[in-house]
Amino acid sequence: MTDTQPDALPESVARLGAFLRPSAKAVNTRQIFLEGGRGADQFYRQRWSHDKVVRSTHGVNCTGSCSWNVFVKDGIITWETQNVDYPTTGPDLPEYEPRGCPRGAAFSWYTYSPTRIRYPYIRGRLLDFYREAKKKVGDPVLAWKEVVEDPVKSREYKRSRGKGGLVRATWDEAMEIAAAAHVYTTKRYGPDRMAGFSVIPAMSMISYGAGSRFYELMGGTMLSFYDWYADLPMASPQVFGDQTDVPESGDWFNAGYLIMWGSNIPQTRTPDAHFMAEARYRGQKVVAVSPDYADNTKFADEWLRVAPGTDGALAQAMGHVILKEFHVGRQEPYFLDYMKKFTDSPFLVTLKEKDGAYVPGKFLTAADLADSDLANTENASFRPLVWDAGKGITDPGGTLADHFGSEGEGKWNLTMENIDPLLSASDFGTESAEILLPRFDLPASVDQKTLGAGVMSRGVPAARVGSVLVTTVYDLLLAQYGVERPGLPGQWPTGYDDAESPGTPAWQSQFTGVPPAAAERIGREFAQNAVDSQGRSMIVMGAGTNHYYHSDTIYRTFLALTTMCGTQGVNGGGWAHYVGQEKVRPITGWAQYAFALDWIRPPRQMISAGFWYLLTDQWRYDGTPAEKLLSPLAELDWSGKSTADTLVESMKRGWMPSYPTFSRSTLLLAQEAREAGVDPAKWIVKQLEEGKLSFACEDPDNPENFPRILASWRTNLLGSSAKGAEFFYRHLVGSDSAATAKELPEDQRPESIVWRDAAGTGKVDLLMTADFRNTSTTLYSDIVLPAATWYEKDDLSTTDMHPFIHAFDAAIDPPWETRTDFAIFQDLAARVTELAKTHLGMQTDVIPTPLNHDTPDEYATPHGIVPDVAEVGLIPGKTMPKLVVAERDYTKLIDRFNSMGPLPEKAGMVTKGISFDPSPEVEQLRKMNGMADTGRPLLDTAEKACDMVLYFSGATNGRLATTGFETLEKRTGTPLSDLSAGDEEKRISIHQLHSKGAQGVITTPEWSGSEHGGRRYSAFVQNIERGRPFHTLTGRQHFYLDHDWMRDIGEAMPIFRPPLDLQVLYGEAAPGDTGNTGDGVHVAVRYLTPHHKWAIHSQYFDNLHMLTLGRGGQTVWMSPQDAEIIGVADNDWIEAWNRNGVVVARAVVSHRMPQGTVYMYHAQERTMGTPITETSGKRGGIHNSLTRILIKPSHLIGGYAQHSYAFNYVGATGNQRDEVTLIRKRSQEVSY
Amino acid sequence: MRVMAQIGMVMNLDKCIGCHTCSVTCKQTWTNRSGTEYMWFNNVETRPGGGYPQGWEDQDRWKGGWKRTASGRLVPKSGGRLQSLAHIFANPRLPELSEYYEPWTYEYDKLLSAPRDSQHFPVARPISQITGQPIDTVSWGPNWDDDLGGGEDVLKADPILDSISTKVKAEIEQSFMFYLPRICEHCLNPTCMAACPSGAIYKRMEDGIVLVDQDRCRGWRMCVSACPYKKVYFNHQTGKAEKCTLCYPRLEAGQPTVCSETCVGRLRYLGIMLYDADRVAQAAAVKDEKDLYQAQLDILLDPHDPAVVEAAKASGISDEWLTAAQESPLYALIKEYKLALPLHPEYRTLPMVWYVPPLSPIVDAVTASGVDAEDHRILLTTLSHMRIPMEYLAQLFSAGDTAPVELSLRKLAAMRSYMRNVNLGMEENTEAATAVGMSGEELMKMYRLLAIAKYDDRY
Repeated sequence: MTDTQPDALPESVARLGAFLRPSAKAVNTRQIFLEGGRGADQFYRQRWSHDKVVRSTHGVNCTGSCSWNVFVKDGIITWETQNVDYPTTGPDLPEYEPRGCPRGAAFSWYTYSPTRIRYPYIRGRLLDFYREAKKKVGDPVLAWKEVVEDPVKSREYKRSRGKGGLVRATWDEAMEIAAAAHVYTTKRYGPDRMAGFSVIPAMSMISYGAGSRFYELMGGTMLSFYDWYADLPMASPQVFGDQTDVPESGDWFNAGYLIMWGSNIPQTRTPDAHFMAEARYRGQKVVAVSPDYADNTKFADEWLRVAPGTDGALAQAMGHVILKEFHVGRQEPYFLDYMKKFTDSPFLVTLKEKDGAYVPGKFLTAADLADSDLANTENASFRPLVWDAGKGITDPGGTLADHFGSEGEGKWNLTMENIDPLLSASDFGTESAEILLPRFDLPASVDQKTLGAGVMSRGVPAARVGSVLVTTVYDLLLAQYGVERPGLPGQWPTGYDDAESPGTPAWQSQFTGVPPAAAERIGREFAQNAVDSQGRSMIVMGAGTNHYYHSDTIYRTFLALTTMCGTQGVNGGGWAHYVGQEKVRPITGWAQYAFALDWIRPPRQMISAGFWYLLTDQWRYDGTPAEKLLSPLAELDWSGKSTADTLVESMKRGWMPSYPTFSRSTLLLAQEAREAGVDPAKWIVKQLEEGKLSFACEDPDNPENFPRILASWRTNLLGSSAKGAEFFYRHLVGSDSAATAKELPEDQRPESIVWRDAAGTGKVDLLMTADFRNTSTTLYSDIVLPAATWYEKDDLSTTDMHPFIHAFDAAIDPPWETRTDFAIFQDLAARVTELAKTHLGMQTDVIPTPLNHDTPDEYATPHGIVPDVAEVGLIPGKTMPKLVVAERDYTKLIDRFNSMGPLPEKAGMVTKGISFDPSPEVEQLRKMNGMADTGRPLLDTAEKACDMVLYFSGATNGRLATTGFETLEKRTGTPLSDLSAGDEEKRISIHQLHSKGAQGVITTPEWSGSEHGGRRYSAFVQNIERGRPFHTLTGRQHFYLDHDWMRDIGEAMPIFRPPLDLQVLYGEAAPGDTGNTGDGVHVAVRYLTPHHKWAIHSQYFDNLHMLTLGRGGQTVWMSPQDAEIIGVADNDWIEAWNRNGVVVARAVVSHRMPQGTVYMYHAQERTMGTPITETSGKRGGIHNSLTRILIKPSHLIGGYAQHSYAFNYVGATGNQRDEVTLIRKRSQEVSY
Repeated sequence: MRVMAQIGMVMNLDKCIGCHTCSVTCKQTWTNRSGTEYMWFNNVETRPGGGYPQGWEDQDRWKGGWKRTASGRLVPKSGGRLQSLAHIFANPRLPELSEYYEPWTYEYDKLLSAPRDSQHFPVARPISQITGQPIDTVSWGPNWDDDLGGGEDVLKADPILDSISTKVKAEIEQSFMFYLPRICEHCLNPTCMAACPSGAIYKRMEDGIVLVDQDRCRGWRMCVSACPYKKVYFNHQTGKAEKCTLCYPRLEAGQPTVCSETCVGRLRYLGIMLYDADRVAQAAAVKDEKDLYQAQLDILLDPHDPAVVEAAKASGISDEWLTAAQESPLYALIKEYKLALPLHPEYRTLPMVWYVPPLSPIVDAVTASGVDAEDHRILLTTLSHMRIPMEYLAQLFSAGDTAPVELSLRKLAAMRSYMRNVNLGMEENTEAATAVGMSGEELMKMYRLLAIAKYDDRY
């Protein structure tokens, strides 16, 4: 080989050099060509060599589901790079390769890192007590009792949590203690006193499922995460009747207009961002809406710089422009046709007289038409109606009335043959009515009954039905958006420049800071593009707008835009919600496995925000008057109630789940019933009626009601998602807390909760955590189990960002004494079984269950009129939770864990109301994976569990997809099964995924989109193209929600609600206030916690590579203006504090930040370089040390149409974006 | 004409999302050894900003690159070989630890080993990887000014902002940024090689990759000063220089570089360029800095030209390599479309990692005025209203001449306008194409290369 050396020496020197070097050949004097000397190349060549490459991915926290090559040399994982062999997207679209991000690329650091947990650890003080007790009593369960029931010992070890003193233990001892604790708790307090917390299963389904299977077999409770993270967009169940269904990222490429609204795609959807960058080259216009100049802003053609949390006003003004110009003005046929067919717009709503005018009331349903045949139809109260051009009042079909029951068979569809619903009452009515509507955009004051609220007068055309005045949802929508039509009463905007009248571009500008002309133009462009492209206008939305208290209202104003422009259900159009969303594509089989539905039903599943709120006693400090949130037009009287009271009410009504449920163990209640010789459900109702039993949520500080065991795996509750972290430390853990909030004075306490003078501290007896790294959660735990990393296990991964399923494949065996989550819970199940033989045996359990989504429970509340329980009485399944009796044989726990139960074939597997029968697959699995003594297929390895998930789901088993569609066809009466035609033979197995890599999934009724024929997945394509109804009251997308609570909270329609005014609610400082309490000038700022660039939640934050590329510890971003006020320079140490806690961090001063707002990127862990604070004298807090749980009552509605409970589907959000904090410079001397 | 082959890279900055995945995969693969903690063969900089190492572009200070003498000769800015020899034992122009950063780690083990009854919740505090001593306040890193972190300081640290007439203020209304990923330029006329007293740096004849011979390197570190891109690092454990190898062990096996293949923005293109080695010195020595871009373009040869093909064969370039050169995405991006531009051509090293400059949002004033941007010609007409000053980009990519930058951006904009009509099934927008002297077909082809960008089209 030959090398060259261009040089630039004086010619004489060059000549000399060439002469002096043997073997040099100079072509000219500037270059020297040398032979050889390449042996040194070997160094890098050797470094590149490796023994094998294994496919895997990263299992939790992130929705990327990227496929990675993991390189192994000499049995050691060296590094990882992205796979590039995804199934193709076709010739005209960019591919999914490569997928990954810097966090994922740094993952292998964890394998051998110094933060790796290599062995089991136990809290030393607890271990001493346990060993001592065991020596004394011999039996593990009795030994556990000795420790936890001894107030001194119990207080001792709980107080030592988070103060060091974890000691290395053997697996034997750690598992013995854990098993003993579980058996004791079940026996003494009841199974619902145990809770498992693990999150977002789609990206490692078996790791989640092994633990949840264990807890559901025990009768324990699995805690939700999506709502808790405030990632659940409550607007989705409200509007679509669906949890979240969104386009895959490849579909962005199909959009002609893309608004990134509160979603910083390059930072938070890193592997997908290229589709956006590339779509611009196709002529897509890109708009960014964000308060700061973010990573994504650089890609935008325009940037709308919006004030934090005011996005709803901007969207409302854009809607105003669109409705005015495209609907009322141009009468754009595409839009109006879509509104008729796929939205509740043409449905009739009654008007109710109030104060000399009217207010919108309930949907007019068949039950309201006393003289008509319609009144006698099945489920008539759930049959809302339209006005047909020829026939008058008509049932358009496809409403909730047709969803369940025999009469609806074959009729539940949106085809509307021979029906032409009229959009506006002006087309069939002769009257008009002045209506009163709430507004919440006025300045708030302390003495005001309702925060910032007022009433505006608008008008609608109306028609008379009998004695009742009705209008349409469409008319109400135009009124709400201030779009005037001739001849209507009420006050209307004088033009776009009318800043007084809600809805206009000039009006929104006062709140958002976005120039009126910009709002007007972007609104118009969005709609025009939808006209030009038949709906290919898209809004990508995320945490930036979804983490506020009133985010459901913000999202409803967005969804109004995507719906009124006919973009939902269109490739390249619609909403694209990306925060914490996931998609367990093989959902049916996964749910069977993970919730042990093959053995016992129903599972115990809990709303986390409600659970933590009660467990961590945040209600003792909260006291938000529920009334403050109501509309001035509200009819319910919530005076004296706090939001905590609405939570209790919802739980008692069975709207939301409530675990622990009762003031006594459900096992004990079943036993009492048996002894009394009555049915357990009747016994419980009687006990409640007689006041001998109460709900646990009514007395959360009663030790009988404490959740006693909290197990965490695949998550970091205490260092990341714990809103009100300092209250967790005080009440759940029993450790130090920097919260300074005062407990409520007597007159502000919740009326439905028992106030005990001594709040519970250290409520939980056992904190058990499995992880591969140290976090706040492991360091507070009593038992720390060393978990395998993602590169050391077999598992499954899917996401909604791409249409593939792929596998984890162990690159190495779990090193040191680490174990997979599967192995951990399998061992625990075996040990519990052993102890149960003596202590538990067979038990009868009563499982209180909320009124469920996609079941006839949705018929529990006609018209959404909240019944008076005192009047109606306690009726399980109507006015209180259902009570289901089930047998639990604890002596067979491990056998059940390790094999498949009989219920899938016997009782079917139901997903979104569709039942699947997997009998042939059970037979196949028996042959493939072997069977237990009972003849049931084995599930004793993670790979076998994977196969159960894959074979039992339509997304991965074509036969089930097609039979599922056939079942659905019977209900809809329309053809659907062709969507999975051609895939009937397709069965994806774990071995296939291991050997072939990512595989495309099959179109299935489990989801609403279609991948059929290689198209990109977009949500609701089945609904729009095939007339499959949405799972809502009308079967269409909803602008209008008529439940009593929705009406009274003033959110029957999309509306702008500003961030909560914490100054008025809690006396916090107002943003911009400055002061000095003797330790320097401070300023009050809005405190936002967007997702981090150098971490995914707290994971990767402790990774040295990410800490190096970031700033090596906790930071807070602030504007130069705010920095100047408090005299801070870049990288100065600051302290931020409010009533909830204290944060110590360094300032990142940047002009990309708006004045008055700081960002503390989400879940920076305080385990890394966090000093002691000056404010509290304790270790600085995490980002959630400054936040707290704030319950929004409307999130708690249940038992009515789409407002019905499902796990992670609806529930109070753990929102955290309305906070304000004080911030100041601190001493630059820090100590650790 | 002496035809030689060079493997080069084009990065489309308009697609860069600033994620740094390239940096991490590169670091994990090549430089997570002791002695290389601070080495980032690949790094990503937020611009405006000081870069890594801080202020690397300040050649008044480092004397990197070449200087053209009055007589039209090139000498390393740092002086000729004799001058180098004079301070061989005390090279004064090396970036110090403070310009790189002091690599640190944490007392991770203290988390789990915290003793019973500790006063506080355990913490892993930072310690220096150099001295092992605690660091109370981490105060500098390789990516400290990420996303404009540092505000005013960032603008002060950027040498380019000094040299443009547009005054950029640290105000949110004016804020702009983009990302600049950097690797070794594998220059046609590398100063590092010329400056090496040991002759340890060589440029491989078959593919032009510039490497440090780990056996011959004596650790004089003249290369560190002479490289104007500061892409040669000194390994303080082995005492040798190390630098980006363009992943030759992978290239030799037919795989793209790690940074390319793992780039999730899909913005990197690798390919072979043929050049006339005889004219390298001449091209690097043209008088006016602003002519350097054109001069370099001129010595990059057309692989379809029969004369070039013949000469290439004569130089021993194989048919496979010739075919690869003909199909090279680099040739299309650099020569045909003139979208990609060299980084700091004024350093006269004839760098071979080129960049497509980034578009950016229009400024607030235009948005606020509500001008009729519904007319999608706005994409074509508002280059002058873009947030990133054209002058800034010109200082990076064309020695201050805004014409090549503007042409490149106009072509991107024209492609977007043209494709919008295609996308929406509207009438062909020939106006957009002719405005940049291209046909619709050519724009479509360019679109496929930039947007569809399949794996095989990128590498």
